[in-house]
Formats: sequence, structure tokens, C-alpha cells
Amino acid sequence: MQTKLTAPAVLEREFLEMRAKVLQLAASFDRLDRAEGAVAGDSRLAQLAQAIQLLQSEQPGRAEEVQMIFSRTFSPDWRDELGVG
Amino acid sequence: MYYFDPHIHMVSRTTDDYETLAKMGCVGMSEPAFWAGFDRGSVESFRDYFRQLTDFEMKRAAQYGIQHYTWLCINAKEAENVELSREIIAMIPEFLDLPNVLGIGEIGLNKNTRNESVIFLEHMELAITHQQQILIHTPHLEDKYQGTRMILDMLRGDARLDRSRVLVDHVEEHTVRHVLDAGFWAGMTLYPVSKCTPARAADMVEMYGPDRLLVNSAGDWGPSKPTAVPDFVLEMRRRGHAESLIRKIVYENPLTFFRQSQNFQFTPPDVLAESPVEG
Repeated sequence: MQTKLTAPAVLEREFLEMRAKVLQLAASFDRLDRAEGAVAGDSRLAQLAQAIQLLQSEQPGRAEEVQMIFSRTFSPDWRDELGVG
Repeated sequence: MYYFDPHIHMVSRTTDDYETLAKMGCVGMSEPAFWAGFDRGSVESFRDYFRQLTDFEMKRAAQYGIQHYTWLCINAKEAENVELSREIIAMIPEFLDLPNVLGIGEIGLNKNTRNESVIFLEHMELAITHQQQILIHTPHLEDKYQGTRMILDMLRGDARLDRSRVLVDHVEEHTVRHVLDAGFWAGMTLYPVSKCTPARAADMVEMYGPDRLLVNSAGDWGPSKPTAVPDFVLEMRRRGHAESLIRKIVYENPLTFFRQSQNFQFTPPDVLAESPVEG
């Protein structure tokens, strides 16, 4: 099943919301820069950078890929590792 | 449009919320047992909670024409206490024959620990032994993907389980495909910040189709919106989707899933309206 809206209709409907979200992100990074203290080594910043970079790719499934950037990995051997029979 | 909220925690909501939900078209709901915001200390606390779910809430909902159902368990967060969990699992069968009990839930994982997994498996055993349906909570944020995969691993590991009688809730873009491909039902929870928005839920319907998909508000004591399902309905309408498709997701799918429970005796509102009023 596909979306009923055309691409121009989706852009028309969502442009201002997308613009606002990008601005909010930009303002958050500016706020981090103005604040005292350092977070350069915080792994969450690297996750954010990776996710923002991914947004510019043209591959489908960006939302799923962004989710995976912020997810712990799954080990198929988890039962042995945790000792669950 | 009538709708059924398959996952909402009404013990945390006011009677005014029941009235608002009824005005917005909610005719039925199911309420899984969950974490109260603090860890309870004894099996008697849970016995009282289960009485509230199986008696008081059903009556409170009925005042507004809403048919209330429930699920019983010890939630994943408190399952870290294995001793208490086992006492509660042993007590649950006292309640399974009550008229609004649909099954065991919401069981699941929280931080994906050994103890949570052990109690999840013991809940599964309880459900299978008593021919109960299962409603499953998947973890939050960074733990969701790993925990969902662990849960699916445990479910698939037991050949006695009928997958069509299991609902895996709180799916998002990175977990929905795994749940549906394995033959389970999937629930999308509409939350203001975490979990899923109405727009992203509509995206998943467009990508995966409407079969075995549900949407719920999970309205509870935290930041949540009990009227989130009507928000989803509006989003689908604004995108031009057919009323029949929307109705399938918010009304027919929940009924199809819940009708597999022996205690689900839902009366559609149009049938209720033709019944004589007593009193």
C-alpha cells in the first residue's frame, strides 16, 4: 500500500513542520555551544551526528536506519550470555 | 467513527477521561497490568490491583458505554524481583475466569536482563497452560530493538504457542517488520515524545498494510494522550485513506484479535442501542 498523497502534496503539507524541526536542532546545537562545560566525548553526540548525516542519503527506510543508530545491538547468543535456559 | 483502544491504563486516568473518550467514539478498551510508578512490596498489593482492574474499572467504564477488558501479570520492571514475581504468577489463576480478563499481559522486558527473561518465560508457561492470549510490552528507546529480538526469540522457541494469539506492543520502524514476519500481531503506541506519533504510525500502515496491526494510546500516569487514537484517525483521513481501511485498524482488527479470548463478549454499540434499557 502506498501513500495517497503525491510528493508535492506531502512537501506542501509538511514543509513548515520539517523546517521547524531543522531549526530546533540547529538551536539545540547552538545552545550546547554556548553552555559551559564540554560534551565533545559524549557518545550521544556521535549518534546524533551519524543520524543527521543519514538524513541526507537518498536510500529508503531512513526512519528505521535512524532507529538502529540509537539502538543497542542484538546478540543471537543472548541466552548463553545471560544464562537463560 | 467507533474505535477500540487495545492498550490504555485507565487506573491512571480520571472519570472525565472516560467521558471524553466516549464522546470521541471509544466503545471498548483493554487495559494491561503495568508498573504503578513505584515498586510494590507484596503479592497482596497486586491482588488489590487485579481487583481494581477486574471490577472497579469495568464499572467505571460502563457508565460511559465503554466496554472494559483487562490483562494480568507482573510487569517487566518489577519482574526483576523474581521471588515476588513467582508469588504473583501463582496467584493470577484466581482471576482468569472473571468476565473481563483477556489473558496475560503486559509481560515483556525492560532492561533486557536475565531475571526479566526468566519471568517472561514463566509467564509464557502460565499463558500456555491456561490457554490464555498474551499481550507483550517491548522496552523503551535504546533497549527496544535488542529486547524485541530477545522476546521474539523466546516466543519462537516454544512450539506450543499459537502466534495468532500474541500481540507484541510498542513496535516502531525498526521492530515492526520482525514482529509481523514472525506471524504475531503488532501494536503501535502513540506517545507525545517516545514511541510513535500518529504520522509515523500511518507511515507504517502504508508500508506494511493493515493486517495484524493495531494502534493504541497507552494513556497512563506519565506524559501520554488518551485520545491519541482519534489523532491517528484524523491523520489517516487527511492523507486520503478510505474510511473502511481506518475502521479496520482501529475497530475491526482489535475485535478480531480479542475474539480469540474466551472471555471476550463484546457487544457492538449498534446492537446495544437496540436493546431495551433497564431501570
